[in-house]
Amino acid sequence: MNVLVPVRQVGRLEGDVVLEGAASVAESALDWQLNEWDAFSLEAAMTLRDEAGAGEVVVASVGGEQAESGLLACLAKGADRGVRVWDPALAGADPLSIATVLAALARREAPELILCGVQSSDAATGATGVALAGLLDLPHVAVVTGIAREGEQLIVDRELDGGTIEVLRLGMPALLTVQTGMNEPRYATLRAIKQARAKPLQTLTPAELGLTPAELAQAAGSRMLRLTEPERGEGAAMIEGEPGEIAARIAQLVGEALRA
Amino acid sequence: MSGVLVVAEHAQGAVRASAMELIAAARAIGEQGAGPVTVAVIGGPESLADAVDVRGVQEVVAVPSPLEHFEAHIAQAALQAIIAEREPAVVLAGHTVESLGFAPAVAACLGLGFASDVTGMSFGEQGVLARRGAYGQRLIAELDFPGKRTVMLLTRTGAFEAAAAEAGGATRTRLELQLGGTARSERVELREPPAGDVDITKADFLLSVGRGVEDAERLAELEQIAQRIGATLSASRPLIDAGLLSSARQVGQSGRTVAPKVYLALGISGAVQHVAGMSKARLIIAVNSDPQAPIFNVAHHGAVADLFEVAAALQAHLG
Repeated sequence: MNVLVPVRQVGRLEGDVVLEGAASVAESALDWQLNEWDAFSLEAAMTLRDEAGAGEVVVASVGGEQAESGLLACLAKGADRGVRVWDPALAGADPLSIATVLAALARREAPELILCGVQSSDAATGATGVALAGLLDLPHVAVVTGIAREGEQLIVDRELDGGTIEVLRLGMPALLTVQTGMNEPRYATLRAIKQARAKPLQTLTPAELGLTPAELAQAAGSRMLRLTEPERGEGAAMIEGEPGEIAARIAQLVGEALRA
Repeated sequence: MSGVLVVAEHAQGAVRASAMELIAAARAIGEQGAGPVTVAVIGGPESLADAVDVRGVQEVVAVPSPLEHFEAHIAQAALQAIIAEREPAVVLAGHTVESLGFAPAVAACLGLGFASDVTGMSFGEQGVLARRGAYGQRLIAELDFPGKRTVMLLTRTGAFEAAAAEAGGATRTRLELQLGGTARSERVELREPPAGDVDITKADFLLSVGRGVEDAERLAELEQIAQRIGATLSASRPLIDAGLLSSARQVGQSGRTVAPKVYLALGISGAVQHVAGMSKARLIIAVNSDPQAPIFNVAHHGAVADLFEVAAALQAHLG
């Protein structure tokens, strides 16, 4: 079974925020890591491949050089091949732009299944996967907590608000967005981490996928005007002191609230 | 391009509370120049139209669905058809599990302006502007949508005050679309979450733990402390994902919504999905080692400290 797994290298802001211009963050302020959700979609893809006993798992990322380490980590865990698509014009790309690039790649790869994470931990738009399904005109289910294959069909668990599960049947090819906790993502062994560098990792530009700059610009759903820090002061009244002092104050507050 | 189209979600024959928030937001930008407010109800009983016909709504468009329950591809086809027919300037839907299951596909297919998890919006000369979090809610991004005739915004539940249910006098339209055959997934069954050994929605005092508590041993310590100080133990999603606690104890969008007298959050970062399930607690106290944790934006009182040290010291004072 051939599965395409789009992954994202997310930028986590560590410490003080350093803004560069009006609408971007200084690279130096970011700690890059693989999106939490993507460990689960990758694991699900490898399980389906292994159960089928044939096929490949291709991980793909729209990102700059920092995305390379995330793809390598996926290859070390057991993905077969990686593709990174990048052009500096994609810096800060919105979910519809990313979906457009991934759609061009998916048309070339023609997988039986695309597994995305539900959302990314940095932008948290929750939209890229379903937008991609729309562009490819694929049946899709969002926020999936279980996947089983029955011949050419999939039986999936969809998580609703409040924890209710809707079990759905759909045909393939299809696209699913995978929720955390669906499986137990494997760790890569040291040996596998070394060997990952020998696996194919291709770098492409949107142009090489047949996308013109005009098409990319057209695809963008929004433009970032400004980034600002939220106003402080509306938040919590902070309790200072040693843990014992903090506990004493909390106990007082709790006591008053429970008696009220 | 004029007007604001609201997509009203419903479940079990009733309109969801989020729909009234969307109507209020639509009314506000409508008055700023976006134009009249239309509410679309896809599927569900006809009575739903009454619930969304409130002051400020000019038209309610009901689209009958071939299925009784929500199906993403039917909703997608219906919304796509409504937008093509009405050509609204702005489309508002909720940033919810349901809307996220189809609305981004509509935006991508129609080439709309698009933003999700929107917490603020305005309408002016340059059209619509939207605000949302960025970099794990550490920053606020302001977005515009140059060149887009229609902009779709998925708004965060709770970010806008709900419209009051004052009866309106909207035009009622029934829009018959050919939706037979558009479904691409088939419901096999609906599984309610296991009832569990505990009902955290009934507790007055919740001691809630998150990612800061990583292993079973430390969790057991906190379980005992909770018992000693008369609190019920609840948790955020990572502990349920890790199999450390049953889903009956999960607070948040995909778990339970709680409103206890006291919510003591230990080692919980405060992701949006978690906050959706506990922001109505009367007193929220948060302890976290990360001073930047977003939980401090919703908590009434907070402390930057080691949660285990605070919890241990708490036993001396409570219980």
